[in-house]
Amino acid sequence: MELICPAGTPAAFREAVDAGADAVYCGFRDETNARNFPGLNFSRDELRTAIDYARRHGTQTFVALNTFMRAGDEEIWYRAAADAVALGADALILADFGLMAHVTERYPEQRLHVSVQASASNADAINFLVDAFNARRVVLPRTLTIADIARIAPQIRCEIEVFVFGGLCVMAEGRCSLSSYATGKSPNMNGVCSPASHVRYRQEGNELVSELGDYTINRFPAGEAAGYPTLCKGRFDIADSRAYAFEDPVSLDVMGEIDALAAAGVSALKIEGRQRGKAYVAEVVSTLKRALSADPAKRAALLAGLRNLSEGQKTTSGAYEKRWR
Amino acid sequence: MEFPRLLAIPLNYMPLAAIERATGMLFQRLLKEHPDLFERLGEHKAKRFAFLPGDLPLAFIVEPARPAICVIRKSAMRSAVDASVEGPLFMLLALLEGRCDADALFFSRDLSITGDMEAMLAMRNALDDADIDLPRDLSALAGPLAPVFGKMAEDIRRRALADEVSAWN
Repeated sequence: MELICPAGTPAAFREAVDAGADAVYCGFRDETNARNFPGLNFSRDELRTAIDYARRHGTQTFVALNTFMRAGDEEIWYRAAADAVALGADALILADFGLMAHVTERYPEQRLHVSVQASASNADAINFLVDAFNARRVVLPRTLTIADIARIAPQIRCEIEVFVFGGLCVMAEGRCSLSSYATGKSPNMNGVCSPASHVRYRQEGNELVSELGDYTINRFPAGEAAGYPTLCKGRFDIADSRAYAFEDPVSLDVMGEIDALAAAGVSALKIEGRQRGKAYVAEVVSTLKRALSADPAKRAALLAGLRNLSEGQKTTSGAYEKRWR
Repeated sequence: MEFPRLLAIPLNYMPLAAIERATGMLFQRLLKEHPDLFERLGEHKAKRFAFLPGDLPLAFIVEPARPAICVIRKSAMRSAVDASVEGPLFMLLALLEGRCDADALFFSRDLSITGDMEAMLAMRNALDDADIDLPRDLSALAGPLAPVFGKMAEDIRRRALADEVSAWN
């Protein structure tokens, strides 16, 4: 199985390549991708240099253009697609059907992957994208079990990529409006979930208080590991208790199930984390690369070291091993 | 790895102008080696950033637009900054070199960030991409002693990072 690795900066890109990534995914410095964070991402020149570096090391480059086009401003996304194709991207990762149609029509030879943001989670939806836009791969949402994936795989006519490590989005991706609700900005339209411009941290006594817009997201007592200030991982007063309404601050780690994922028909394993630093990228990519070729009995020990890099310093297999309804 | 307390105490009594001059020389040298250091800041370049080593009595205020760095005593810190980051000195230096992941240090509560998160995020990403190597970049300032200085600095870094890695794992 291929290992698909994140890069938010050229330095992180080189680290991912050097650590053994089969492919690195990245985006331009604008709202065309779902990690449109300040100081992150690639200029056209930086992407050209990165693709050249990747090619020389036998690594592919995927360019994420995975936000939804804003009516009247489609040209921003069309230009990004044209530039990514011209620069030699090995695949474009797209979510918007309109942009998929544009790319298929203008650049029929360009390999197209369906972003997790497209929320294509059943065989009919995926096959529609294969037939309509010649999609060659789908990145499945993190809401499916391994058994679900095994049921879908034989019914679809493209490769499957799944997230195996990193930030855990527990919602129907591309459809989630929680960030929009709190801040007016979303990963779907603006490329930012819980944008930093709306985040505040303050110390209140012994507690670290995180706020998003007008909402208090969490209060971390001294010594408790912290998490990102997203509504989906907020701790709220519910009836008589204060608890996590949707999900704890926790990251995904399903590397212990890679044999089951391979048996289910998965072709590529994706690491989340374009917003993370190059040290994280280097550590995670090299560890997962070693884990892929390690004796299954030794994988858990290899991967345990990554837990402290994770949100809340905890990991979960999430919906892949769903034991609830 | 914390900055040795015995070495930190004299900083309370040293003339601030001397500390600032030395810090300014190091800062200008870094800018010479990395002229595009603050390019990723974009609109946040005009902001003021405070770096607060928890184990030193000093605060370092960086103004990328000028570009300049000033040093003040924490006890006298009244100047307004847009964003600040606080943690042990060697951890801040490791972040400057992109050798630690800021999110992970935030999760573990080793690092605290206040103020304009967007500006600080942009600064983090700018530094992370800069490929700063302090022993390599600064050793030239030592003139003929550059190789000795570089080797000493690398040794200190190796020991400081070893502590960080063991904390991660």
